[in-house]
Amino acid sequence: MKLNKLMRWLLGLIILIGVNWVILFYPNNSILEWQSPLLKYSFLILFVCGMFCLYRIFKGPTAADRAVALDILGILVVGFCVILGVVTKRSWYIDIAIAWALQSFIGTLALAKYLEGKNFDE
Amino acid sequence: MNETIGIIFIFVGIIFDFFGCLGLIRLPDVYNRLQASTKCVTLGTVSILFGLFLFNGFSSMGIKAFLCIGFIILTAPVSAHALAGAAHRSGVKLWVKSVCDKYAEDKKE
Amino acid sequence: MRSWVVLFIVVFVIWLGLSWPIDIQHILAGIIVSALVVYFMGDMFVGRVNILKRPSRYLWFLYYIPVFLWEWLKANIGVSYKVIHPFVPIKPGIVKVRTKLKKDISLTLLANSITLTGETLSVDIDKENGFIYVHWMDVASPDTDKATKTIVRKFEKILERIFE
Repeated sequence: MKLNKLMRWLLGLIILIGVNWVILFYPNNSILEWQSPLLKYSFLILFVCGMFCLYRIFKGPTAADRAVALDILGILVVGFCVILGVVTKRSWYIDIAIAWALQSFIGTLALAKYLEGKNFDE
Repeated sequence: MNETIGIIFIFVGIIFDFFGCLGLIRLPDVYNRLQASTKCVTLGTVSILFGLFLFNGFSSMGIKAFLCIGFIILTAPVSAHALAGAAHRSGVKLWVKSVCDKYAEDKKE
Repeated sequence: MRSWVVLFIVVFVIWLGLSWPIDIQHILAGIIVSALVVYFMGDMFVGRVNILKRPSRYLWFLYYIPVFLWEWLKANIGVSYKVIHPFVPIKPGIVKVRTKLKKDISLTLLANSITLTGETLSVDIDKENGFIYVHWMDVASPDTDKATKTIVRKFEKILERIFE
């Protein structure tokens, strides 16, 4: 069972790195238009930040640590959407960012209630 | 000109994001991690959104970025407050080298 | 009734921002949607309309924004220095600070300011006795009065003039 969990995390990691590689280095990309190499580096650094959050979710000793890392990951996704919106010049990425911020806030409040051991009605 | 300033804002925001996530890994207990990561990641994301606003001016994307800035500034500390209170009430201990814990003393009485 | 009008204006401005290129169809749909929202919400959010009348409150709010942004930037640089320092020089602890504010909205903004600035994080609010429990990354003194002087005073003076 333990090995099974590790295998699933490794598979997800490989898929994430593959998607990132395609976005960054796809040879004849007509949609993406990198205005500056700084944007490329910033995309990579943001990916590393997401990896740090996933490490804390995987390793964290208590449940509160995992909830904190999930909250931070929810704010980071807004940054991802904004950079993709700058690069592709599609204006609906910022809509996704607003909706994601709202949903992440409500989810974090529900997680906090659950950690305290209360019902959702109080 | 505007685009250059926008890219600089985006890159500074990314640097602050990176320091926040580094704090998520290096600091010793839940409260310190929550504190460092909430401060730095909120400032980083607000700076990225302001860079997007400089890129697009007062078009539909710029106005939405401004709305998103207000929304994130108002909600991120509230969720940090809720998580910190819930962690303390569910019995997560402070770090071993902590100086004082007035909240636990007051709660016992 | 006046609180309903204030809530209607706020919701309508947010709608206009979300559908920015102004259009007659968007304005009509926005009026209908915001009227529905105000009818369902009632006076849940906007309680005291009278504080909107005095213009000095707006001036103090305009003064609050740059002070808050500057403190926020300073706090970020301090926390980043502590994170990249090889030995992580922190001395954490939870202290208790006293506040004079009573209203809900000013307490909320004070707790948000404490969380985002300084090296502090508000853990819980005791509203009856006027205490806030604050997690401090670098405790200078566990005494209540000294901690109050360092953490709360700067924002309390401004928020008292805005909302009380």
